[in-house]
Amino acid sequence: MTLIFGIPLGVLLGQLLLGLINGAFYALLSLGLAIIFGLLRIINFAHGALYMLGAFAALLGLQHLGVNYWMALVLSPLVVGALGMAIERHLLRRIAGEDHLYGLLLTFGLALILEGGFVKLFGVSGASYPTPDLLKGGVNLGFMFLPGYRAWVVVAALVVCFATWFMIERTRLGSYLRAGTENPKLMQAFGINVPLLITLTYGYGVALAAFAGVLAAPIYPVSPTMGANLLIVVFAVVVIGGMGSIMGAIVTGLAMGLIEGLTKVFYPQAASTVVFLVMVIVLLFRPAGLFGKEA
Amino acid sequence: MTSLHTNPDFEQLRISDLHAFYGESHILHGIDMRVRRGELVTLLGRNGAGRTTTLRAIMNLVGRRTGSIMINGNETIGSAAHLIPRLGVGYCPEERGIFASLNVEENLLLPPTVRSGGMSLDEIYAMFPNLYERRFSQGTRLSGGEQQMLAMARILRTGANLLLLDEITEGLAPVIVQKLGEVLLKLKDKGLTIVLVEQNFRFAAPLADRHYLMEHGQIVEEISAAQLPAKKELLNACLGV
Repeated sequence: MTLIFGIPLGVLLGQLLLGLINGAFYALLSLGLAIIFGLLRIINFAHGALYMLGAFAALLGLQHLGVNYWMALVLSPLVVGALGMAIERHLLRRIAGEDHLYGLLLTFGLALILEGGFVKLFGVSGASYPTPDLLKGGVNLGFMFLPGYRAWVVVAALVVCFATWFMIERTRLGSYLRAGTENPKLMQAFGINVPLLITLTYGYGVALAAFAGVLAAPIYPVSPTMGANLLIVVFAVVVIGGMGSIMGAIVTGLAMGLIEGLTKVFYPQAASTVVFLVMVIVLLFRPAGLFGKEA
Repeated sequence: MTSLHTNPDFEQLRISDLHAFYGESHILHGIDMRVRRGELVTLLGRNGAGRTTTLRAIMNLVGRRTGSIMINGNETIGSAAHLIPRLGVGYCPEERGIFASLNVEENLLLPPTVRSGGMSLDEIYAMFPNLYERRFSQGTRLSGGEQQMLAMARILRTGANLLLLDEITEGLAPVIVQKLGEVLLKLKDKGLTIVLVEQNFRFAAPLADRHYLMEHGQIVEEISAAQLPAKKELLNACLGV
């Protein structure tokens, strides 16, 4: 068997694939956070809870309504996204323009309520979601086994991330979003309904989190705390990429997943801290993050 | 409606007893002004006289406002900010408001069309050839003059027929100021109504039909173009030119 730095190639690639899958989730979640932060200037601490809600929507839909995986992939983001819009319209809007701290506290409180409520209803142990039939099994690539579902997660996440990037950077609607991020007052003076734009943006960011939740359901246990564990790393990813940078969130998310995977191979003890180490180093040399504009 | 709009005496903008506030501070103290269709009217005065605030109050960008603002025959004092441009108002702010995250063409295409009859992109590029050459540059990489052209051009595309222009010549080279003067005359020929906040009196005087002189958040004098020579003294005293 081929060895690289004394590590079998199959092991190395296996860990890199696991890293890439984690990275895909980091990218989807940090992308949503970046879009929300860009326009609303709110650090959305409820993001992990909404990701969890996306996974639970898929699970409960399957158990009680017969909604299959593929329908859940569309319906769960729509339902959770609609909830997000209601949260923006009725809660976040009331504190718009106040200090950042209020948004942080409000969304953190929401996260605690959602997670607490789900623990009360479903317990902490979590349930498993069956892998869709179409993606069961996998391919033997010769040097490693590639599970079909995991390959799908990476492809689906990448497609959604880059479609979002394209929409924001290359379309008319995206130019409203970018301009609204810079100067919402002037956008109002051009006749653009900025409050509506804000509601839709929050809804879209939340829908991305729910989409990630559905993708995650068949590979991670669906439990009320699944989002809380992930969110801390995702915040580090956003800081490394640069607050509010779209491409920064995607690239950094994937890169941090890969770095974690590599660390698991070479120095497993540091795997759960390496992202924070990178964050410290990046902040020392580029305080605005890798892709952020210097303020 | 159509006959009203073609009637030259149609009041496109009528402001009565307008008060505006930023937080606790009371900035405008009962402004009354009216602008007829096709007129070019200036707001003259020193810095801090309330001219910029008047334009911002028309756009509902101030903290609070009371009184009456009729635009194209519609009362707007209770309207949300994003509904006011849709009555046909184009606003060019003092700081120009060019978006750094958008290129020149995206900046141009940003404001939604509010009425039919706006200029096409081709017509705009014909009027401002510099903008065509730099259409893929980042908006804020343009020179000050080019940014000002862009800020003007942007609202011409929307079909707005009432333009509120704030200090468009500020800090620009004389040759560009001259070019802006030509543009304003062309827009006037097209029948657009223009309210111009201007510090540069020599630029504004030959273009305008009427002038409103502001001091301490009030209009202290209304001067027609014909009365201008007789009021030189007053203007010198008030503007310090």
